[in-house]
Amino acid sequence: MKDLSLHILDIVQNSIRAKATLIGIEIAEHPNENQLIITITDDGTGMSPEQLQRAIDPFYTSRTTRKVGLGLSLFKQNAEMTGGNFKIESELGKGTKVTVTFGLNHFDRPIVGDLVGTLVILICSSGEINYVFKHQTLSGVFELDTREVRQVLENVAISDPGVRLFLKEMLQENLEQIQISE
Amino acid sequence: MNKIKNLADLKKLQSEVQSKIKLREKGDSPEQLVQIKVSMATCGIASGAKETMNFLIEELDHQGIDAVVTQTGCMGYCYAEPTIELTIPGQLPVVYGFVSKHKAQEIIEKHIKLNELVDGIIPVAYSTIDNK
Repeated sequence: MKDLSLHILDIVQNSIRAKATLIGIEIAEHPNENQLIITITDDGTGMSPEQLQRAIDPFYTSRTTRKVGLGLSLFKQNAEMTGGNFKIESELGKGTKVTVTFGLNHFDRPIVGDLVGTLVILICSSGEINYVFKHQTLSGVFELDTREVRQVLENVAISDPGVRLFLKEMLQENLEQIQISE
Repeated sequence: MNKIKNLADLKKLQSEVQSKIKLREKGDSPEQLVQIKVSMATCGIASGAKETMNFLIEELDHQGIDAVVTQTGCMGYCYAEPTIELTIPGQLPVVYGFVSKHKAQEIIEKHIKLNELVDGIIPVAYSTIDNK
């Protein structure tokens, strides 16, 4: 993965496959503690303790189309390379939570990348799934709950090209406002 | 300083879009539209499926072609990522491999608009007399 936004896109696909209806994506930058924390939560099917133990094994996957499952392992590796850590918690029937800490100023930390593009793809092209996005920096917090967006949109589809463009600009402007590090 | 867009601005957009939808007023159900599924698992994302998907959505919108572009999981063709599955209404789905922006453009121009198959098809739904 070239940047963190692609990692997020990748890990959220796990939640989508676990039939989640509400997915939380939270990014917190703490320059004083030199930490960048990414948290992804979902209310999907969750994993049994055995599955959970094997989840970060690159040669374990619940798919039948291929024999490897690299998403979580790559994320973990990248985080640990920057002096960070990786934590995954899950409970059957409740959902899963992935917390990954990166060293914010570490030389090996991948850039955040095209976060707006990732969010727009997730929000507009994954059907009925709702997202709660939160990005926190020293200059402020930006939050977006797609349930509120849907409420405003009423019967207009969230995948409408006009809505897509609007969300893209809105995210861009708001994230610039809180000066996400790049 | 420009005012930052918020949900109140979205409300304005909503009423605009809604009036447009009423103007079109055609019963387009998803089954009658061109459907494209972009494979978006670790393998696809690492190979640039995100760029391909964004390009497809923007280009189809730009050309005014009504299509549904969605994400799907790994189809097992990790070597050929980014892969897309294209379904023209009333036809069998076709899977394309190595879909770069350039290839995506070719697929739109030839397959979607002219209904001509393009190079790079992965024979998934391939059936012969023997296995029918």
